Amino acid sequence: MAADEQTLSETARIARAALANVAPEPGVAKPDPIMTAEGVRRSFGGITAVDVERVEIQRGSITALIGPNGAGKTTFFNLMTAFDTPDTGKWWFDGKDLEGVQAHKTADMGMVRTFQLTKSLTKMSVIENMKLGATGQKGEKWWNGLLPFTWMAQEREIEARADALLARFKLDHMRNEYAGTLSGGQRKLLEMSRALMTNPKLVMLDEPMAGVNPALKQSLNQHIKGLRDEGMTVLFVEHDMDMVHDISDWVIVMAEGMIIAEGTPDQISSNPAVIDAYLGAHQGKSLLEDM
Amino acid sequence: MNWSNIFSATLSAFFGVNAMYFALSAIGLNVQFGYAGLLNFGQAGFMACGAYAVGMTAHYYGISFWWGIPIAVVYAVIFGLIMGVPTLRLRADYLAIVTIALAECVRLIVRSVTFKKYFGGSDGINQFANSFVNRTPFNPSSKYSLYPFSDSVNAIGAVLLLVSFAVCSVLLGHMLAQKWAKEERQGFQSKWIICGVAVMVFLLVASKQTEYDGLSFKSLVVGWILAAIIAGFIYMLMRSPWGRVIKGIREDEDAVRSLGKNVYSYKLQALILGGVIATFSGIMFSVSRGSVQPDNYSRDVTFYVLTALVLGGLAKVSGSIVGPMLFWGILSFVDAFLNELTKSWGGHVDIFGIPLITESSHIGVYVQVVIGLMLVFLMVFRPQGLFGNKKEMALDGR
Ligand SMILES: Nc1ncnc2c1ncn2[C@@H]1O[C@H](COP(=O)(O)OP(=O)(O)OP(=O)(O)O)[C@@H](O)[C@H]1O
Ligand SMILES: [Mg+2]
Repeated sequence: MAADEQTLSETARIARAALANVAPEPGVAKPDPIMTAEGVRRSFGGITAVDVERVEIQRGSITALIGPNGAGKTTFFNLMTAFDTPDTGKWWFDGKDLEGVQAHKTADMGMVRTFQLTKSLTKMSVIENMKLGATGQKGEKWWNGLLPFTWMAQEREIEARADALLARFKLDHMRNEYAGTLSGGQRKLLEMSRALMTNPKLVMLDEPMAGVNPALKQSLNQHIKGLRDEGMTVLFVEHDMDMVHDISDWVIVMAEGMIIAEGTPDQISSNPAVIDAYLGAHQGKSLLEDM
Repeated sequence: MNWSNIFSATLSAFFGVNAMYFALSAIGLNVQFGYAGLLNFGQAGFMACGAYAVGMTAHYYGISFWWGIPIAVVYAVIFGLIMGVPTLRLRADYLAIVTIALAECVRLIVRSVTFKKYFGGSDGINQFANSFVNRTPFNPSSKYSLYPFSDSVNAIGAVLLLVSFAVCSVLLGHMLAQKWAKEERQGFQSKWIICGVAVMVFLLVASKQTEYDGLSFKSLVVGWILAAIIAGFIYMLMRSPWGRVIKGIREDEDAVRSLGKNVYSYKLQALILGGVIATFSGIMFSVSRGSVQPDNYSRDVTFYVLTALVLGGLAKVSGSIVGPMLFWGILSFVDAFLNELTKSWGGHVDIFGIPLITESSHIGVYVQVVIGLMLVFLMVFRPQGLFGNKKEMALDGR
């Protein structure tokens, strides 16, 4: 632990200090939440995919969202970013009520998400994929499209930023290839770096490490920590517990749509409720209850 | 067999009115379907908007025919809104169904007896375009060819024709050279020159064989210039950030939405832009005939335009122009060939004792068969179209 403390960056230390006095219980209030959800429910026919009473995401921290398959993590992401609408509930981003706000507006507000099943724009080159990510482009108005002088300068700026990000994620050698020729892991990287092109405040990553090779995982871990150093908040879904332990400041555990535990990585790994959820004890119980 | 008749018919059709108005329509459809991925099966409806707008200005509104052009644009925008607003939030197949239905609604309304006084019923509207038809320089009753050095073309016309031939040669030559050179860029320059000269020679020889009446010729000149200008605009637009968003939507609209783009608005823009371009197709077709007929805007037209576009290659500006030219060139070749064959065989064609053609009206059926076969062979051997990118096509199977 002591060695760990030394390798922590300044921002990590601040984030962990802020969360040190937060009680490890579901729905607990954070000192400075960037995102808050309250009473958010979503059911598909018979099954309730998400039923979150209250959850807050601490600004400037890296928060992991874990839980068994089908726990409702992706659905929760969809609800927060308006790709799906909850049956009931309220949620806020940066103090703004997001009810009724359209998906593209949430990205403008500084909330960007990636998808569990990657969505690379296969018939566009990697660099075009990246450039699409930049927000506030003048040339995206059709009448400006015909007047290149209105957007050429901005385009060069965007391209430089995109190239820098590609180099950071080791995709620069694929710059001019079609995104469809990338491997699964490379697509994950492309999607993540494309999301960063929007200059977000909150980055929501749905299983960013799935399919990425172990050596790259290490450097990706560093990149995610780097996002926090740059002042971004990160919320990510992940099944790899080592990685969760390595990079997150706070962990939220979901099972059967509900938040069942919260706490620091150390607190979570010794929490019996979490072990129960992963071993399926809940499911066993509910089966018995049904009988 | 009179081969010179066959070639003359083929080449005339290659640059003819049909190819011209199909090209305009295909450029629009390419924006919607090729670039934005919107399954618009109602292109004929947009074309009817243009045709009826110019038709009605003189016939019903009683104002100058030229006012029809801005009115046509307004009609197309309204039609695009009616089509897009309720459907573009839904899945792609809903749009396809609604577009085909709406375009048919337009045709049935304009040909209905109830509205005859506005739209002229199934007879349509005639002789509304006199201010275009009777305008100099071209005399409706004489014949013209695209050959720059013929007697019927004056000095200015000859220069214009030569310039446009040269532009075509450079562009087409460039494209052909690229195909020829495949991926490697070496020797590219010389191939470009070879292809360019070949295209220029072809155009000069071909133009000598073409023959049009004055009205067609006038419409051709106006229509092809219009098509070239619009194609240039689309080429620029698709290389702008706007075009990037549009192409992104075709690939995966959720990804684009997650990056902060208002996908719904962009889809509506693409639908309306393509529709406004198609409206010019309707205008040019109706003025080239001096009449508007409702049944020229039936579903068939939409699907023929789609076939021509796919033949040229989706998401390529060049494909949307050359596709319609080849489409009509091939059809006219088959038509003229069968005509000549029937004539030279004494009015009917038998093969192994089976009477295939016994009167000239049968030929149309075989032309239809050729359209079908053309599509089948295209899908099997060159699904990306003539100018499409094979590499892009292969990326479909993710
Ligand atoms: N569109 C949908 N229609 C019906 N049921 C759905 C839909 N989306 C999700 N569900 C259900 O909601 C539950 C939660 O799914 P979700 O994808 O959010 O799980 P997850 O936590 O992301 O799982 P994983 O770790 O496997 O990605 C599952 O039981 C799933 O079957
Ligand atoms: Mg998931």
